[in-house]
Amino acid sequence: MIASEHRAMMATLAHLRRRERWRLWEIAIWGGLLALILAWPARAALVNEVLIWGLFALSLDLILGLTGVVSLGQAAFFGVGAYTAAMVANAGWNNPLIGLVAAILPAGLVGLATAPLLLRGADLTRLMVTMGVALMLGELANRNSDWTGGADGLNFTVAPLFGRFSIGSIGDGPRNAALFSLAVLFVLFFCARRLARSPFGISLAAVRENKLRAGALGVSASRRIVAIYTVSAVYAGIAGALLAETTQIVSLDVFEFHRSADVMLMLIIGGAGWLYGGIIGAALFVVIRDVVSAATPEYWEFWIGALLVALVLFGRERLKSLVRFSR
Amino acid sequence: MTAALEARGLIRRFGGLVATDNVSFAVEPGARQALIGPNGAGKTTLINLLTGVLKPTEGAVWLEGRDVTGLSSNKRVRLGLARTFQINQLFPDLSPVESLGLAISEREGRGKDFWRPAGKPGIVAEIEELLERFQLTEVYDLPTRSLAYGKQRLLEIALALACKPRVLLLDEPAAGVPEEERHDILAALAALPKEVAILLIEHDMDLVFSFATRISVLVSGRLLCEGTPAEIAKDERVKAVYLGEDGHD
Repeated sequence: MIASEHRAMMATLAHLRRRERWRLWEIAIWGGLLALILAWPARAALVNEVLIWGLFALSLDLILGLTGVVSLGQAAFFGVGAYTAAMVANAGWNNPLIGLVAAILPAGLVGLATAPLLLRGADLTRLMVTMGVALMLGELANRNSDWTGGADGLNFTVAPLFGRFSIGSIGDGPRNAALFSLAVLFVLFFCARRLARSPFGISLAAVRENKLRAGALGVSASRRIVAIYTVSAVYAGIAGALLAETTQIVSLDVFEFHRSADVMLMLIIGGAGWLYGGIIGAALFVVIRDVVSAATPEYWEFWIGALLVALVLFGRERLKSLVRFSR
Repeated sequence: MTAALEARGLIRRFGGLVATDNVSFAVEPGARQALIGPNGAGKTTLINLLTGVLKPTEGAVWLEGRDVTGLSSNKRVRLGLARTFQINQLFPDLSPVESLGLAISEREGRGKDFWRPAGKPGIVAEIEELLERFQLTEVYDLPTRSLAYGKQRLLEIALALACKPRVLLLDEPAAGVPEEERHDILAALAALPKEVAILLIEHDMDLVFSFATRISVLVSGRLLCEGTPAEIAKDERVKAVYLGEDGHD
């Protein structure tokens, strides 16, 4: 009797903790990315792009996948982070790590300040409000050209990482940049992964699944949404800062609508809610663009569109069982 | 003695309609009380007023000697007022273990913990106990959406109990449960902790009369009468209300 109770408790504990252990396929993804950069430095710039989009899509997954809050305005935070990194570098603090850390506060503050706008209304309201915020910030950046360079953008240089590894476009620069992005993505992914399995993360799932019942269990859905939206803004801001530092130019397109739309496309392609969706979607998106646009430069989006239609029509689960890709 | 839950002159108007009309009543600690009334009597509005989903136009709600009228529903939960829903309100993608774990960690104020994993030994023991009590052990790890309706109904009650309430509002707990699963629900209700005050809102008169020691009758937003089951069974006004309505047994 005691033994069976003990067994039941162990099963319950194992169930609660089932996604904590790092699986083999997860290690393969991270190891594969590292190996790809080291073995193929000529395409490191492409991998870097995938990693930055992947981080940006991860920021969207926190609110859309985990919490069920839609947004078409993630570019707002991405842009704030990118410009912060550029301005901080131009002001003399050109250590890339300082640029990343500096992006956290303004991106987070913009997230915190605009989060209350998400608490009223349904999905359509949220799409419009988040889109509006990104449009406003983009126009503010355009008008304040003394700070942002306006339509010309901002050129700047960052110092080598740890005083040794340059992350520009010359020599080892692209490879170092990709390794830097991979490290940043991994650290932030690790935190997101812990968050998703914590009591806080499960309460986000509860808000997503049934807001009424979550409230009836004592969860303040509003506060949880504000909290995760702020975290998501910080993630997006860091992604923007990474793009700025590894390309060393920022222009107004960091705020543009297509960026918010593309990142959602990537997350949907890779699957929202399991954290790897953003990275996988970003990889598919960038690779398809690269391969197809080499053949037909004008029509590559046709194939992205076709993939999206296939995913929605046939369902991800069926496609997955076709290729026997277990997650 | 301080009442566990008390309504004082509750009034709620929706435009010109008075859904709750000056309702005052008290639920004593550990009570087994039922709230009955024909369709459209305003039972759901009253529950929403008590739990804080709706704000009253006038009047107050007191919980264990404290005025909670101005508090949100999730604050009232943390003060010990839990409820179940007439239509299941569950988390389709979460398993019973995760749902119960969530309720327990929110009760313990751990819901803001974003770093440590969700499973810890104290919580696991309590989850296990609730699973056992509500006969959910066999489906502990399945997504809630795949559970049989009767099991979902049991989880509905288990979740409310995981809040360790002082007062529990049960909104038609047996609604829609097929005959062969009904006795599981009845057994679960009978085994609810004695110290928890329970207000049962129910259509099913067999259940009301077997469960409650005190019955309040709500008609057209007003409290018609209150009394023991024997008194209510004899009451001419109650008979008139129920005989005048079709489709109920």
